[in-house]
Amino acid sequence: MEKKYGKPTRDAYGETIVEIGKANPNVVVLDADLSKSTKSYAFSQVFPERFLNVGIQEANLVGVASGLASCGKIPFISSFASFLVCKGFDQFRMGVAFSELNVKVVGSHGGITVGEDGASQMSIEDVALMTSLPGFVVMVPSDEVETRALVLEAVHYPAPVYIRTGRPKAPIIHKAATPFKIGKGVRMREGKDLTIIANGFLVFEALCAAEKLAEDDGIQASVIDMHTVKPLDAELILEEAKKTGHVVVAEEHQIWGGLGSAVATLLARKHPCKVGFVAIQDTYAESGQPEELLEKYNLTSPYIVKTAKKILGR
Amino acid sequence: MENFSIEQLKAKAKVVRRHIVEMTGAAASGHPGGSLSATEILVALYFNLMDHNPQDPHWPDRDRCILSKGHASPALYSVLSEAGYFDPSTLKDFRKFGSPLQGHPDRRKLPGVEASTGSLGQGLSMGIGMALARRLDKKNYYTYVVTSDGEMNEGQTWEAAAMAAHHKVDHLIAFLDYNKFQLDDATRVICDMEPVIKKWESFCWHVQEIDGHDLKAILNAVEKAKKVKDRPAMIVAHTIKGKGVSFMEGNNHYHGVAPTPAEVEKALKELT
Repeated sequence: MEKKYGKPTRDAYGETIVEIGKANPNVVVLDADLSKSTKSYAFSQVFPERFLNVGIQEANLVGVASGLASCGKIPFISSFASFLVCKGFDQFRMGVAFSELNVKVVGSHGGITVGEDGASQMSIEDVALMTSLPGFVVMVPSDEVETRALVLEAVHYPAPVYIRTGRPKAPIIHKAATPFKIGKGVRMREGKDLTIIANGFLVFEALCAAEKLAEDDGIQASVIDMHTVKPLDAELILEEAKKTGHVVVAEEHQIWGGLGSAVATLLARKHPCKVGFVAIQDTYAESGQPEELLEKYNLTSPYIVKTAKKILGR
Repeated sequence: MENFSIEQLKAKAKVVRRHIVEMTGAAASGHPGGSLSATEILVALYFNLMDHNPQDPHWPDRDRCILSKGHASPALYSVLSEAGYFDPSTLKDFRKFGSPLQGHPDRRKLPGVEASTGSLGQGLSMGIGMALARRLDKKNYYTYVVTSDGEMNEGQTWEAAAMAAHHKVDHLIAFLDYNKFQLDDATRVICDMEPVIKKWESFCWHVQEIDGHDLKAILNAVEKAKKVKDRPAMIVAHTIKGKGVSFMEGNNHYHGVAPTPAEVEKALKELT
Protein backbone atom coordinates (compact mmCIF):
# COMPACT_ATOMS: atom_id res chain seq x y z
CA MET A 1 0.00 0.00 0.00
CA GLU A 2 1.31 3.38 -0.96
CA LYS A 3 2.24 5.55 1.99
CA LYS A 4 1.02 9.05 1.40
CA TYR A 5 1.71 11.27 4.37
CA GLY A 6 -0.81 13.84 5.45
CA LYS A 7 -0.69 16.17 8.43
CA PRO A 8 -0.03 15.05 11.96
CA THR A 9 -3.36 14.37 13.69
CA ARG A 10 -2.50 17.11 16.22
CA ASP A 11 -2.46 19.62 13.35
CA ALA A 12 -5.86 18.41 12.25
CA TYR A 13 -7.11 19.04 15.81
CA GLY A 14 -5.68 22.56 15.84
CA GLU A 15 -7.39 23.46 12.56
CA THR A 16 -10.69 21.85 13.47
CA ILE A 17 -10.99 23.53 16.84
CA VAL A 18 -10.78 26.93 15.14
CA GLU A 19 -13.60 25.88 12.84
CA ILE A 20 -15.63 24.79 15.87
CA GLY A 21 -14.87 28.03 17.67
CA LYS A 22 -16.42 30.00 14.83
CA ALA A 23 -19.62 27.98 14.95
CA ASN A 24 -20.00 27.55 18.69
CA PRO A 25 -19.44 30.48 21.06
CA ASN A 26 -19.62 28.17 24.08
CA VAL A 27 -16.42 26.38 23.12
CA VAL A 28 -13.40 27.45 25.15
CA VAL A 29 -9.89 26.08 24.73
CA LEU A 30 -7.33 25.58 27.46
CA ASP A 31 -3.76 24.38 27.39
CA ALA A 32 -0.91 23.85 29.83
CA ASP A 33 2.00 25.61 28.12
CA LEU A 34 2.20 23.20 25.21
CA SER A 35 -0.24 24.91 22.85
CA LYS A 36 2.37 25.20 20.11
CA SER A 37 2.88 21.44 20.27
CA THR A 38 -0.72 20.35 20.81
CA LYS A 39 -1.72 22.90 18.14
CA SER A 40 -4.38 24.59 20.24
CA TYR A 41 -2.26 27.70 19.63
CA ALA A 42 -4.18 28.31 16.41
CA PHE A 43 -7.35 28.86 18.46
CA SER A 44 -5.58 31.32 20.76
CA GLN A 45 -4.72 33.48 17.76
CA VAL A 46 -8.30 33.64 16.48
CA PHE A 47 -10.20 33.67 19.80
CA PRO A 48 -7.83 35.05 22.44
CA GLU A 49 -10.72 35.79 24.82
CA ARG A 50 -11.86 32.17 24.76
CA PHE A 51 -8.39 30.68 25.14
CA LEU A 52 -6.60 30.17 28.41
CA ASN A 53 -3.06 29.02 28.97
CA VAL A 54 -2.93 27.98 32.62
CA GLY A 55 0.78 27.28 32.67
CA ILE A 56 2.39 23.96 33.44
CA GLN A 57 -0.26 22.69 35.84
CA GLU A 58 -2.28 19.83 34.47
CA ALA A 59 -4.25 19.10 37.65
CA ASN A 60 -5.47 22.68 37.89
CA LEU A 61 -6.18 22.69 34.15
CA VAL A 62 -8.65 19.84 34.50
CA GLY A 63 -10.28 21.36 37.58
CA VAL A 64 -10.75 24.72 35.85
CA ALA A 65 -12.30 22.92 32.86
CA SER A 66 -14.68 21.17 35.25
CA GLY A 67 -15.82 24.51 36.65
CA LEU A 68 -16.27 26.00 33.17
CA ALA A 69 -18.28 22.98 32.04
CA SER A 70 -20.55 23.25 35.10
CA CYS A 71 -21.48 26.72 33.82
CA GLY A 72 -22.40 25.47 30.35
CA LYS A 73 -19.11 26.01 28.54
CA ILE A 74 -17.63 23.26 26.35
CA PRO A 75 -13.96 23.21 27.29
CA PHE A 76 -11.45 21.53 24.97
CA ILE A 77 -8.28 21.00 26.97
CA SER A 78 -4.99 19.79 25.64
CA SER A 79 -1.45 18.93 26.63
CA PHE A 80 0.83 15.99 25.98
CA ALA A 81 -1.20 12.85 26.63
CA SER A 82 1.33 11.52 29.11
CA PHE A 83 1.23 14.62 31.31
CA LEU A 84 -2.43 15.49 30.95
CA VAL A 85 -3.76 12.01 31.66
CA CYS A 86 -1.31 11.03 34.38
CA LYS A 87 -1.08 14.34 36.24
CA GLY A 88 -4.73 15.22 35.78
CA PHE A 89 -6.14 11.80 36.48
CA ASP A 90 -7.83 12.32 39.84
CA GLN A 91 -9.15 15.62 38.52
CA PHE A 92 -10.65 13.78 35.54
CA ARG A 93 -12.09 11.28 37.97
CA MET A 94 -13.62 13.78 40.40
CA GLY A 95 -14.34 16.84 38.30
CA VAL A 96 -15.28 15.30 34.96
CA ALA A 97 -16.23 11.60 35.04
CA PHE A 98 -17.83 11.42 38.49
CA SER A 99 -19.30 14.90 38.04
CA GLU A 100 -20.65 13.96 34.59
CA LEU A 101 -19.40 17.18 33.05
CA ASN A 102 -18.96 17.88 29.38
CA VAL A 103 -15.18 18.29 29.04
CA LYS A 104 -13.32 17.37 25.85
CA VAL A 105 -9.77 16.21 26.36
CA VAL A 106 -7.16 16.07 23.62
CA GLY A 107 -3.89 14.35 24.53
CA SER A 108 -1.23 14.90 21.91
CA HIS A 109 2.03 13.01 21.45
CA GLY A 110 0.32 9.69 21.97
CA GLY A 111 2.28 6.47 21.59
CA ILE A 112 5.97 5.87 20.89
CA THR A 113 5.99 7.65 17.52
CA VAL A 114 6.80 10.78 19.55
CA GLY A 115 10.29 9.71 18.55
CA GLU A 116 13.42 11.57 19.59
CA ASP A 117 12.04 13.03 22.83
CA GLY A 118 12.08 9.61 24.41
CA ALA A 119 10.03 7.52 26.78
CA SER A 120 9.11 10.19 29.35
CA GLN A 121 7.15 12.06 26.66
CA MET A 122 5.48 8.99 25.16
CA SER A 123 2.01 8.10 26.30
CA ILE A 124 1.48 4.36 26.23
CA GLU A 125 -0.96 4.18 29.15
CA ASP A 126 -3.54 6.84 28.24
CA VAL A 127 -6.15 4.52 26.72
CA ALA A 128 -6.01 2.19 29.73
CA LEU A 129 -6.39 5.07 32.17
CA MET A 130 -9.09 7.02 30.35
CA THR A 131 -11.23 3.99 29.50
CA SER A 132 -11.22 3.13 33.22
CA LEU A 133 -13.19 6.32 33.96
CA PRO A 134 -16.95 5.62 33.87
CA GLY A 135 -18.73 7.41 31.05
CA PHE A 136 -15.63 8.64 29.23
CA VAL A 137 -15.51 8.23 25.45
CA VAL A 138 -11.99 7.29 24.32
CA MET A 139 -10.80 7.67 20.73
CA VAL A 140 -7.56 7.14 18.84
CA PRO A 141 -7.99 8.51 15.30
CA SER A 142 -5.71 7.32 12.51
CA ASP A 143 -5.27 10.27 10.17
CA GLU A 144 -6.15 13.92 9.64
CA VAL A 145 -9.46 13.17 7.94
CA GLU A 146 -10.71 11.01 10.77
CA THR A 147 -9.38 13.36 13.45
CA ARG A 148 -11.24 16.30 11.99
CA ALA A 149 -14.48 14.32 11.76
CA LEU A 150 -14.25 12.95 15.29
CA VAL A 151 -13.39 16.29 16.86
CA LEU A 152 -16.46 17.73 15.12
CA GLU A 153 -18.53 14.84 16.47
CA ALA A 154 -17.15 15.30 19.97
CA VAL A 155 -18.54 18.83 20.28
CA HIS A 156 -22.08 17.55 20.13
CA TYR A 157 -21.54 14.32 22.02
CA PRO A 158 -23.13 14.72 25.46
CA ALA A 159 -20.34 13.11 27.50
CA PRO A 160 -16.72 13.59 28.42
CA VAL A 161 -14.48 12.67 25.49
CA TYR A 162 -10.79 11.81 25.29
CA ILE A 163 -9.04 11.98 21.92
CA ARG A 164 -5.43 10.93 21.43
CA THR A 165 -3.48 12.72 18.71
CA GLY A 166 0.02 12.03 17.44
CA ARG A 167 3.18 14.01 16.83
CA PRO A 168 4.49 12.90 13.41
CA LYS A 169 2.79 13.13 10.05
CA ALA A 170 0.15 10.46 9.68
CA PRO A 171 -0.37 8.49 6.47
CA ILE A 172 -3.70 9.40 4.89
CA ILE A 173 -5.97 6.39 4.76
CA HIS A 174 -9.45 7.92 4.72
CA LYS A 175 -11.43 9.89 2.20
CA ALA A 176 -13.10 13.08 3.32
CA ALA A 177 -16.49 11.68 2.36
CA THR A 178 -16.24 8.73 4.75
CA PRO A 179 -18.90 9.00 7.43
CA PHE A 180 -17.44 8.79 10.93
CA LYS A 181 -19.46 8.24 14.05
CA ILE A 182 -18.30 7.97 17.65
CA GLY A 183 -18.52 4.33 18.70
CA LYS A 184 -18.73 2.98 15.14
CA GLY A 185 -15.70 1.28 13.59
CA VAL A 186 -14.86 1.84 9.93
CA ARG A 187 -14.46 -1.27 7.75
CA MET A 188 -11.50 -0.49 5.51
CA ARG A 189 -11.31 -3.84 3.79
CA GLU A 190 -13.48 -6.92 3.69
CA GLY A 191 -12.13 -10.48 4.10
CA LYS A 192 -13.39 -13.91 5.11
CA ASP A 193 -10.36 -15.46 6.84
CA LEU A 194 -9.22 -12.95 9.42
CA THR A 195 -10.17 -9.65 11.02
CA ILE A 196 -7.53 -7.09 11.91
CA ILE A 197 -8.81 -4.45 14.32
CA ALA A 198 -6.52 -1.45 14.74
CA ASN A 199 -6.45 2.22 15.57
CA GLY A 200 -4.10 5.19 15.23
CA PHE A 201 -0.95 4.60 13.20
CA LEU A 202 -1.51 0.86 13.27
CA VAL A 203 -4.45 1.10 10.87
CA PHE A 204 -2.05 1.84 8.03
CA GLU A 205 0.16 -1.04 9.13
CA ALA A 206 -2.90 -3.28 9.28
CA LEU A 207 -3.84 -2.38 5.70
CA CYS A 208 -0.28 -3.17 4.55
CA ALA A 209 -0.40 -6.45 6.44
CA ALA A 210 -3.73 -7.40 4.84
CA GLU A 211 -2.29 -6.75 1.38
CA LYS A 212 0.74 -8.85 2.14
CA LEU A 213 -1.35 -11.72 3.54
CA ALA A 214 -3.49 -11.73 0.40
CA GLU A 215 -0.54 -11.55 -2.00
CA ASP A 216 1.72 -14.08 -0.34
CA ASP A 217 -0.68 -16.53 1.25
CA GLY A 218 -4.09 -15.90 -0.22
CA ILE A 219 -5.41 -14.97 3.23
CA GLN A 220 -8.30 -12.53 2.96
CA ALA A 221 -8.38 -10.17 5.92
CA SER A 222 -10.93 -7.61 6.98
CA VAL A 223 -9.41 -4.43 8.38
CA ILE A 224 -11.37 -2.36 10.86
CA ASP A 225 -10.32 1.13 11.92
CA MET A 226 -11.61 1.02 15.50
CA HIS A 227 -11.07 4.69 16.27
CA THR A 228 -13.35 4.52 19.32
CA VAL A 229 -12.12 2.19 22.06
CA LYS A 230 -15.02 3.16 24.30
CA PRO A 231 -17.88 2.73 23.66
CA LEU A 232 -16.65 -0.23 21.65
CA ASP A 233 -18.45 -1.18 18.43
CA ALA A 234 -19.50 -4.62 19.67
CA GLU A 235 -21.87 -5.17 16.77
CA LEU A 236 -19.17 -4.85 14.12
CA ILE A 237 -16.59 -6.86 16.07
CA LEU A 238 -19.01 -9.73 16.68
CA GLU A 239 -20.16 -9.72 13.08
CA GLU A 240 -16.52 -9.99 11.98
CA ALA A 241 -15.55 -12.57 14.59
CA LYS A 242 -18.49 -14.78 13.63
CA LYS A 243 -17.48 -14.53 9.98
CA THR A 244 -13.69 -15.01 10.25
CA GLY A 245 -13.22 -16.64 13.66
CA HIS A 246 -9.75 -15.08 13.90
CA VAL A 247 -9.02 -11.61 15.22
CA VAL A 248 -5.78 -9.65 15.48
CA VAL A 249 -5.81 -6.39 17.41
CA ALA A 250 -3.06 -3.86 16.68
CA GLU A 251 -2.39 -0.66 18.61
CA GLU A 252 0.37 1.73 19.62
CA HIS A 253 -0.32 1.25 23.32
CA GLN A 254 0.71 -0.83 26.26
CA ILE A 255 -0.80 -4.32 25.87
CA TRP A 256 -2.48 -4.08 29.28
CA GLY A 257 -5.69 -2.13 29.12
CA GLY A 258 -5.79 -0.95 25.52
CA LEU A 259 -7.92 -1.77 22.49
CA GLY A 260 -6.74 -5.40 22.59
CA SER A 261 -7.99 -5.84 26.14
CA ALA A 262 -11.33 -4.26 25.23
CA VAL A 263 -11.81 -6.50 22.19
CA ALA A 264 -10.68 -9.62 24.08
CA THR A 265 -13.10 -8.94 26.91
CA LEU A 266 -15.96 -8.57 24.46
CA LEU A 267 -15.04 -11.75 22.57
CA ALA A 268 -14.55 -13.77 25.76
CA ARG A 269 -18.07 -12.86 26.81
CA LYS A 270 -19.91 -13.08 23.51
CA HIS A 271 -17.94 -15.09 20.96
CA PRO A 272 -14.74 -16.78 22.12
CA CYS A 273 -12.34 -17.20 19.21
CA LYS A 274 -8.64 -17.00 18.40
CA VAL A 275 -7.23 -13.55 19.14
CA GLY A 276 -3.71 -12.20 18.61
CA PHE A 277 -2.26 -8.98 19.95
CA VAL A 278 0.15 -6.48 18.42
CA ALA A 279 0.95 -3.93 21.09
CA ILE A 280 3.72 -2.66 23.34
CA GLN A 281 4.77 -5.59 25.47
CA ASP A 282 4.76 -4.15 29.01
CA THR A 283 7.81 -1.95 28.54
CA TYR A 284 8.82 1.67 27.99
CA ALA A 285 10.35 2.72 24.68
CA GLU A 286 13.28 5.07 23.97
CA SER A 287 14.53 7.84 21.69
CA GLY A 288 14.73 7.27 17.96
CA GLN A 289 12.95 7.85 14.67
CA PRO A 290 9.27 6.85 14.77
CA GLU A 291 9.86 4.18 12.12
CA GLU A 292 12.82 2.74 14.01
CA LEU A 293 10.75 2.56 17.17
CA LEU A 294 7.71 0.97 15.54
CA GLU A 295 10.08 -1.65 14.14
CA LYS A 296 11.91 -2.30 17.41
CA TYR A 297 8.69 -2.58 19.44
CA ASN A 298 7.10 -4.92 16.90
CA LEU A 299 4.35 -2.59 15.73
CA THR A 300 4.85 -2.74 11.94
CA SER A 301 2.98 -4.73 9.32
CA PRO A 302 5.37 -7.75 9.33
CA TYR A 303 4.49 -8.32 12.99
CA ILE A 304 0.80 -8.12 12.22
CA VAL A 305 1.35 -10.69 9.44
CA LYS A 306 3.32 -12.92 11.83
CA THR A 307 0.66 -12.70 14.53
CA ALA A 308 -2.10 -13.40 12.01
CA LYS A 309 -0.37 -16.49 10.67
CA LYS A 310 0.26 -17.75 14.16
CA ILE A 311 -3.40 -17.68 15.17
CA LEU A 312 -4.39 -19.06 11.77
CA GLY A 313 -1.93 -21.92 12.26
CA ARG A 314 -0.18 -21.11 8.97
CA MET B 1 -33.44 35.09 49.86
CA GLU B 2 -33.82 37.75 52.53
CA ASN B 3 -30.64 38.58 54.39
CA PHE B 4 -30.57 37.34 57.97
CA SER B 5 -29.46 39.60 60.80
CA ILE B 6 -26.52 38.65 63.00
CA GLU B 7 -28.90 37.39 65.69
CA GLN B 8 -30.82 35.30 63.19
CA LEU B 9 -27.57 33.92 61.79
CA LYS B 10 -26.42 32.97 65.28
CA ALA B 11 -29.64 31.10 65.88
CA LYS B 12 -29.34 29.39 62.52
CA ALA B 13 -25.76 28.33 63.28
CA LYS B 14 -27.02 26.62 66.42
CA VAL B 15 -29.71 24.78 64.48
CA VAL B 16 -27.12 23.71 61.93
CA ARG B 17 -24.81 22.43 64.68
CA ARG B 18 -27.65 20.40 66.14
CA HIS B 19 -28.25 18.86 62.72
CA ILE B 20 -24.54 18.04 62.33
CA VAL B 21 -24.45 16.25 65.67
CA GLU B 22 -27.70 14.40 65.03
CA MET B 23 -26.97 13.33 61.48
CA THR B 24 -23.44 12.09 62.12
CA GLY B 25 -24.76 10.36 65.23
CA ALA B 26 -27.57 8.71 63.26
CA ALA B 27 -25.16 7.67 60.50
CA ALA B 28 -22.63 6.48 63.11
CA SER B 29 -20.04 7.93 60.72
CA GLY B 30 -19.04 11.20 59.10
CA HIS B 31 -16.87 14.14 60.02
CA PRO B 32 -18.32 16.28 62.80
CA GLY B 33 -15.14 18.21 63.75
CA GLY B 34 -14.56 20.01 60.46
CA SER B 35 -18.29 20.45 59.93
CA LEU B 36 -18.64 22.33 63.20
CA SER B 37 -15.63 24.53 62.41
CA ALA B 38 -17.12 25.56 59.03
CA THR B 39 -20.63 26.24 60.35
CA GLU B 40 -20.54 30.05 60.62
CA ILE B 41 -18.88 30.41 57.22
CA LEU B 42 -21.59 28.39 55.47
CA VAL B 43 -24.44 29.95 57.47
CA ALA B 44 -23.22 33.47 56.63
CA LEU B 45 -22.92 32.57 52.95
CA TYR B 46 -26.28 30.89 52.48
CA PHE B 47 -28.40 33.06 54.79
CA ASN B 48 -26.93 36.46 54.16
CA LEU B 49 -24.22 36.82 51.55
CA MET B 50 -25.21 34.67 48.61
CA ASP B 51 -27.76 35.46 45.97
CA HIS B 52 -29.39 32.09 45.34
CA ASN B 53 -32.78 30.50 44.94
CA PRO B 54 -33.51 27.11 46.51
CA GLN B 55 -36.57 26.83 44.24
CA ASP B 56 -34.35 27.22 41.18
CA PRO B 57 -30.99 25.68 42.09
CA HIS B 58 -29.66 25.95 38.53
CA TRP B 59 -30.50 29.62 38.08
CA PRO B 60 -27.60 30.76 35.85
CA ASP B 61 -27.00 34.04 37.69
CA ARG B 62 -26.77 32.52 41.17
CA ASP B 63 -23.76 32.90 43.43
CA ARG B 64 -21.96 29.59 43.75
CA CYS B 65 -20.40 27.93 46.76
CA ILE B 66 -18.07 24.96 46.48
CA LEU B 67 -17.37 22.97 49.61
CA SER B 68 -13.87 21.93 48.64
CA LYS B 69 -13.43 20.21 52.00
CA GLY B 70 -16.11 17.72 51.04
CA HIS B 71 -15.91 15.76 54.27
CA ALA B 72 -17.72 18.67 55.95
CA SER B 73 -20.82 17.60 54.01
CA PRO B 74 -22.97 17.49 57.19
CA ALA B 75 -22.55 21.26 57.51
CA LEU B 76 -23.39 21.85 53.84
CA TYR B 77 -26.42 19.55 53.87
CA SER B 78 -27.75 21.12 57.06
CA VAL B 79 -27.41 24.60 55.63
CA LEU B 80 -28.97 23.60 52.30
CA SER B 81 -31.93 22.00 54.02
CA GLU B 82 -32.46 24.97 56.32
CA ALA B 83 -32.25 27.26 53.27
CA GLY B 84 -35.06 25.31 51.61
CA TYR B 85 -33.30 23.09 49.08
CA PHE B 86 -34.89 20.02 50.65
CA ASP B 87 -36.77 19.04 53.78
CA PRO B 88 -34.60 18.87 56.90
CA SER B 89 -36.23 15.54 57.74
CA THR B 90 -34.07 14.09 54.91
CA LEU B 91 -30.95 14.79 57.00
CA LYS B 92 -31.55 11.63 59.02
CA ASP B 93 -30.78 9.61 55.86
CA PHE B 94 -27.26 11.04 55.63
CA ARG B 95 -24.83 8.35 54.36
CA LYS B 96 -27.62 5.79 54.05
CA PHE B 97 -28.15 3.61 51.00
CA GLY B 98 -30.27 5.40 48.40
CA SER B 99 -30.00 8.82 50.03
CA PRO B 100 -29.00 11.89 47.99
CA LEU B 101 -26.98 12.89 51.05
CA GLN B 102 -23.87 10.98 50.10
CA GLY B 103 -20.91 10.69 52.45
CA HIS B 104 -19.21 13.41 50.43
CA PRO B 105 -21.10 15.90 48.20
CA ASP B 106 -22.29 14.52 44.85
CA ARG B 107 -23.63 17.15 42.45
CA ARG B 108 -25.50 14.52 40.46
CA LYS B 109 -27.62 13.50 43.41
CA LEU B 110 -28.46 16.66 45.30
CA PRO B 111 -29.59 19.98 43.77
CA GLY B 112 -27.71 22.80 45.47
CA VAL B 113 -24.42 20.94 45.53
CA GLU B 114 -22.30 22.89 43.06
CA ALA B 115 -19.36 20.51 42.84
CA SER B 116 -18.58 16.93 43.69
CA THR B 117 -15.78 16.98 46.19
CA GLY B 118 -14.09 14.69 48.67
CA SER B 119 -10.69 14.32 47.02
CA LEU B 120 -8.95 17.26 48.63
CA GLY B 121 -7.49 20.25 46.85
CA GLN B 122 -9.75 20.42 43.81
CA GLY B 123 -12.41 22.98 44.71
CA LEU B 124 -10.31 26.04 44.09
CA SER B 125 -9.62 25.00 40.48
CA MET B 126 -13.32 24.34 39.91
CA GLY B 127 -14.13 27.72 41.42
CA ILE B 128 -11.68 29.41 39.05
CA GLY B 129 -13.52 27.74 36.16
CA MET B 130 -16.85 29.12 37.41
CA ALA B 131 -15.37 32.58 37.88
CA LEU B 132 -13.90 32.49 34.38
CA ALA B 133 -17.27 31.46 32.95
CA ARG B 134 -18.76 34.48 34.73
CA ARG B 135 -16.19 36.72 33.08
CA LEU B 136 -16.90 35.27 29.63
CA ASP B 137 -20.65 35.57 30.10
CA LYS B 138 -20.38 39.08 31.59
CA LYS B 139 -22.43 38.08 34.62
CA ASN B 140 -22.08 39.41 38.14
CA TYR B 141 -22.21 36.33 40.32
CA TYR B 142 -19.58 35.45 42.91
CA THR B 143 -17.98 32.07 43.40
CA TYR B 144 -17.11 31.06 46.95
CA VAL B 145 -14.83 28.16 47.80
CA VAL B 146 -14.52 26.77 51.30
CA THR B 147 -11.14 25.08 51.76
CA SER B 148 -9.47 23.36 54.67
CA ASP B 149 -6.01 23.44 56.21
CA GLY B 150 -5.46 19.86 55.06
CA GLU B 151 -6.00 21.08 51.51
CA MET B 152 -3.15 23.54 51.90
CA ASN B 153 -0.90 20.45 51.72
CA GLU B 154 -2.13 19.66 48.21
CA GLY B 155 -0.02 20.81 45.26
CA GLN B 156 -3.09 21.59 43.20
CA THR B 157 -4.08 24.32 45.68
CA TRP B 158 -0.92 26.21 44.82
CA GLU B 159 -1.26 25.62 41.09
CA ALA B 160 -4.68 27.20 41.38
CA ALA B 161 -3.39 30.01 43.61
CA ALA B 162 -0.70 31.02 41.11
CA MET B 163 -2.89 30.70 38.06
CA ALA B 164 -5.89 32.62 39.45
CA ALA B 165 -3.70 35.56 40.41
CA HIS B 166 -1.86 35.58 37.08
CA HIS B 167 -5.10 35.57 35.13
CA LYS B 168 -6.58 38.28 37.37
CA VAL B 169 -9.55 36.14 38.35
CA ASP B 170 -11.88 38.17 40.55
CA HIS B 171 -15.40 37.49 41.83
CA LEU B 172 -13.67 34.50 43.42
CA ILE B 173 -13.69 34.46 47.21
CA ALA B 174 -12.09 31.60 49.08
CA PHE B 175 -12.26 30.76 52.76
CA LEU B 176 -9.65 28.81 54.61
CA ASP B 177 -11.44 27.07 57.47
CA TYR B 178 -8.26 27.19 59.51
CA ASN B 179 -8.91 24.85 62.42
CA LYS B 180 -5.25 23.76 62.62
CA PHE B 181 -5.94 20.04 62.40
CA GLN B 182 -5.89 17.41 59.70
CA LEU B 183 -6.84 13.76 59.94
CA ASP B 184 -3.77 12.30 61.59
CA ASP B 185 -2.91 15.14 63.94
CA ALA B 186 -2.39 18.89 64.28
CA THR B 187 -1.19 20.56 61.06
CA ARG B 188 1.96 21.73 62.90
CA VAL B 189 2.81 18.06 63.45
CA ILE B 190 1.89 16.65 60.02
CA CYS B 191 2.72 19.35 57.51
CA ASP B 192 2.73 22.88 58.86
CA MET B 193 1.75 25.41 56.20
CA GLU B 194 2.63 28.47 58.29
CA PRO B 195 3.05 31.28 57.52
CA VAL B 196 -0.25 30.81 55.71
CA ILE B 197 -1.07 34.51 55.41
CA LYS B 198 2.30 35.27 53.87
CA LYS B 199 1.94 32.37 51.47
CA TRP B 200 -1.34 33.66 50.06
CA GLU B 201 -0.06 37.23 50.01
CA SER B 202 3.04 36.14 48.14
CA PHE B 203 0.78 34.44 45.60
CA CYS B 204 -0.71 37.92 45.07
CA TRP B 205 -4.17 37.22 46.52
CA HIS B 206 -6.11 39.77 48.52
CA VAL B 207 -5.85 38.28 52.00
CA GLN B 208 -7.85 38.91 55.15
CA GLU B 209 -7.57 37.22 58.52
CA ILE B 210 -10.65 36.85 60.72
CA ASP B 211 -12.23 34.87 63.53
CA GLY B 212 -14.18 32.29 61.56
CA HIS B 213 -16.86 32.00 64.23
CA ASP B 214 -17.54 35.75 64.32
CA LEU B 215 -20.48 36.21 61.95
CA LYS B 216 -20.07 39.98 61.78
CA ALA B 217 -16.41 39.54 60.85
CA ILE B 218 -17.36 37.08 58.10
CA LEU B 219 -19.92 39.48 56.63
CA ASN B 220 -17.48 42.39 56.73
CA ALA B 221 -14.66 40.38 55.18
CA VAL B 222 -16.83 39.22 52.30
CA GLU B 223 -18.06 42.75 51.66
CA LYS B 224 -14.42 43.84 51.38
CA ALA B 225 -13.50 40.84 49.24
CA LYS B 226 -16.34 41.60 46.82
CA LYS B 227 -14.78 44.98 46.07
CA VAL B 228 -11.46 43.45 45.08
CA LYS B 229 -10.85 43.84 41.36
CA ASP B 230 -8.51 41.86 39.13
CA ARG B 231 -7.40 39.37 41.74
CA PRO B 232 -8.88 36.63 43.86
CA ALA B 233 -9.58 36.97 47.56
CA MET B 234 -8.68 34.64 50.41
CA ILE B 235 -10.25 34.92 53.84
CA VAL B 236 -8.21 33.01 56.39
CA ALA B 237 -10.78 32.17 59.04
CA HIS B 238 -9.33 31.01 62.35
CA THR B 239 -11.69 28.36 63.64
CA ILE B 240 -11.95 25.71 66.30
CA LYS B 241 -12.42 22.13 65.23
CA GLY B 242 -15.58 20.77 66.86
CA LYS B 243 -16.73 24.31 67.76
CA GLY B 244 -19.90 24.50 69.84
CA VAL B 245 -19.66 21.10 71.50
CA SER B 246 -17.40 21.27 74.57
CA PHE B 247 -15.98 17.77 74.38
CA MET B 248 -15.33 18.04 70.62
CA GLU B 249 -13.64 21.43 70.62
CA GLY B 250 -9.99 21.03 69.72
CA ASN B 251 -10.33 17.26 70.07
CA ASN B 252 -9.18 15.73 66.80
CA HIS B 253 -10.74 12.38 67.69
CA TYR B 254 -13.92 13.82 66.18
CA HIS B 255 -12.31 14.56 62.82
CA GLY B 256 -13.87 11.47 61.31
CA VAL B 257 -15.58 9.78 64.24
CA ALA B 258 -19.26 10.31 64.92
CA PRO B 259 -20.62 10.96 68.39
CA THR B 260 -22.14 8.00 70.25
CA PRO B 261 -25.85 8.19 71.16
CA ALA B 262 -24.88 9.35 74.66
CA GLU B 263 -22.55 11.96 73.20
CA VAL B 264 -25.28 13.15 70.84
CA GLU B 265 -27.56 13.67 73.82
CA LYS B 266 -24.87 15.53 75.72
CA ALA B 267 -24.02 17.71 72.72
CA LEU B 268 -27.65 18.60 72.03
CA LYS B 269 -28.04 19.77 75.65
CA GLU B 270 -25.18 22.18 75.08
CA LEU B 271 -26.69 23.40 71.81
CA THR B 272 -29.94 24.80 73.16
